[in-house]
Amino acid sequence: MKKLIITLFIGLLSQQLIAQVDQSLLKDDRSDSLENAMNMDALSNRVYATSSSPVSIGGYLEADYKYIGEDGLTDGHSFRIPRVTLFITSSISSRIKFMSEFEFEEGGEEIAIEFAAMDVNFHPLLNLRGGVVVNPIGAFNQNHDGPKWEFVDRPIAMTQMLPATWSNVGFGLYGKMYQKDWAFGYEAYLTNGFDNSIVTNTKNRTFLPASKDNKERFEESSNGEPLFTGKIAVRNQNIGELGLSYMCGIYNTHEDDGLILDKPRRLDVFAVDFNTELPLSDTYIVGEWAWVFVDVPNTFTQQYGEKQSGGFLDIVQPVIDKPMFGFDDAVFNVALRLESVDWNVGTFNETGGNIGDEIWAVVPGISFRPTYQTVFRLNYRYQEQTDILGNPPAKTSGIEIGFATYF
Amino acid sequence: MTTRKIQSACAVLLLVAAIYSCDSLIPEAPAESDLLDGPTEGLSTSEQSRFLKGDIAFNDEVFTPESGLGPVFVANSCGSCHAGDGKGHPFTTLTRFGQTQPNTAPDISIGGPQLQNRAIPGFEPETMPSGVPSMDFTPPAVTGLGFLEALTDQQILDNADPNDDDSDGISGVPNYINPPSYFIPKPSHQPVGGQYIGRFGKKAAAVDLLHQTVGAYNQDMGVTSTFNPIDPHTGLSTDPEVSDQTIRDVVFYLHTLKAPIQRDADDSEVIRGKEVFMSINCSSCHVPSFTTPQSDIDALSNKTIFPYSDLLLHDMGSGLDDGATEGSAETFEWRTPPLWGLGLAPESQGGEFFLMHDGRAKSIQEAIELHGGEAQQSRDDFVALSDADKQALLKFLRSL
Repeated sequence: MKKLIITLFIGLLSQQLIAQVDQSLLKDDRSDSLENAMNMDALSNRVYATSSSPVSIGGYLEADYKYIGEDGLTDGHSFRIPRVTLFITSSISSRIKFMSEFEFEEGGEEIAIEFAAMDVNFHPLLNLRGGVVVNPIGAFNQNHDGPKWEFVDRPIAMTQMLPATWSNVGFGLYGKMYQKDWAFGYEAYLTNGFDNSIVTNTKNRTFLPASKDNKERFEESSNGEPLFTGKIAVRNQNIGELGLSYMCGIYNTHEDDGLILDKPRRLDVFAVDFNTELPLSDTYIVGEWAWVFVDVPNTFTQQYGEKQSGGFLDIVQPVIDKPMFGFDDAVFNVALRLESVDWNVGTFNETGGNIGDEIWAVVPGISFRPTYQTVFRLNYRYQEQTDILGNPPAKTSGIEIGFATYF
Repeated sequence: MTTRKIQSACAVLLLVAAIYSCDSLIPEAPAESDLLDGPTEGLSTSEQSRFLKGDIAFNDEVFTPESGLGPVFVANSCGSCHAGDGKGHPFTTLTRFGQTQPNTAPDISIGGPQLQNRAIPGFEPETMPSGVPSMDFTPPAVTGLGFLEALTDQQILDNADPNDDDSDGISGVPNYINPPSYFIPKPSHQPVGGQYIGRFGKKAAAVDLLHQTVGAYNQDMGVTSTFNPIDPHTGLSTDPEVSDQTIRDVVFYLHTLKAPIQRDADDSEVIRGKEVFMSINCSSCHVPSFTTPQSDIDALSNKTIFPYSDLLLHDMGSGLDDGATEGSAETFEWRTPPLWGLGLAPESQGGEFFLMHDGRAKSIQEAIELHGGEAQQSRDDFVALSDADKQALLKFLRSL
């Protein structure tokens, strides 16, 4: 770890010296065409309302209506603004850029800095990013903007197993290279990480998003151990994109004030993501699957599992692509999401029987995009969720109607 | 009409249709008789509000180290042990130890009365001292308990026959226990020598639902309260980690959970099965019904209930003698467990049966065949039944 940190600093220092010598030699070739864009570009290829000035401001809004019931009981009609997000970007120089994303969730009840980073471009293959960075685990975590998706809800596995949107203070490197139809990208960051709450929380399951409640992670690490997140991705213009990502580190506060409180306990997360567009039908397919491994004390309760897995698959089929309702670039889609999470992969010590705590859902829907930046969505959700004992599942279904738009 | 207007009208119609079809999109509710949870019929609106608060505390509140869990514990929420308010799974089996003779205090110097076999990170759980007899308890269902608490001591004593005066081989004795300091007797209680009849728990060692609830918070979850401020880990008093109000809410919830509803009561095989049940004298201990007296909760008053229990202790034979006990019970004596809700046990035990006090029986038939002592004759009569009568009896039991 020390070697990695030293290498990063040396790399940074040497490139800064070069930049101070002759900035005119630096050429801004960061921006990609949409054809070359990869998941990792989601944060920098956003839509901005104002982009002609040095400071660009944009954002997006999501709002929805739900009527959902479980086993014959419903809370009735519900309207929400799950999030309003503000982007502010500033070009400090041709190769230094500041980007940020501020999210106002649940009507402003929670305001979060999701992303606030400075990017320094040294070479297409060597960019430094520091600040509050979005950890590149999976694809959804970085590519989470509501208007990009045809479904009202975010994927369960990515938000209730993986902690999307998961961002932390830290820094790292990223880069891309191209070869004919191929693009290759990498990202590697060291950031603050998780804490004890992932296995001692009121969700009663190993729950990585619990650490998001700890706002102190923007001030200091819970244990002095950096979290590593790395990703490599490859894209072929004719085939699609495949990403492999990994996140690991010590999550618990194992030492405090020189006193040993517990042994250091690891967290390891693997994710694979892909997306493609079938050439003949223009069918867009995107999916992601992740595996979580957590060192849970074996003297603790098995409510908190050591292994988790889950993911989603979205299939989006444009069916009408012509002017509609007065919008010249309107598209009408049908879509289907399949998703599943097993929050506790394993067997009971007492019986050897399978541990439950699983969910799966099928979400068919339709969407209408009057423009690329705006989407209206109507989904039907059906899901079944079993408790830890594997008792008969709670059945949930209903409709979700909403819109999301960049501004 | 322009194309744009037609498109707009279609879109609006689609939305209206979707919203108006909402109710048909919601999954159907299971039949009330297929569920153990839910309030007793007839609660007032204020009682339903109290029930809801207790429901949330019982089923949704998960304790963490920050909110008082442990440091040593067995489970971290009420709902962990009593999923859907039904019988529990061996995953949260309790182990009791430290008392091997009736009417003696449990030996707390060796860690009794209960093993806390789990610990929060960084702490070590309790381990069983070697050579000490112990009893494992799978969590019981918690439905209908308010009706059982409403019964008077005299109603329980009416079925007691300590000397087997009727010579049917069935005795039945109450477990007289020393109540906790916070216990407030009711006029219907009949103490003997300062001891009161216990009616809850596998050995009937809890005098009422407050006693049972406080004990569960303390011994199962390591959560202290003003009722019992002693931390099971240190044995020292500490600040309360759950409020009096929360405990009162949970007790009210347990008071007012509905009694299980029998299914297929009119089925001819179920009716035949009940006749067999009575004929082989299962009903001597598993007393089918009681009528509650006037209660401070109207919905529990003057109701005929069908718990299939006499709430008394019976000698169950050497096969079920674990060598440990509670209160005035002998080590081989167990309280007759209510059979209501028996058929729904797999719905809360992960699809399987885990019956008897420690879950050792994987089917109702196996549970019957494990009966001994006072129940030996009924057990033998069951084994001797024709297959048709056996199946009828089992179907009746599954209907409860």
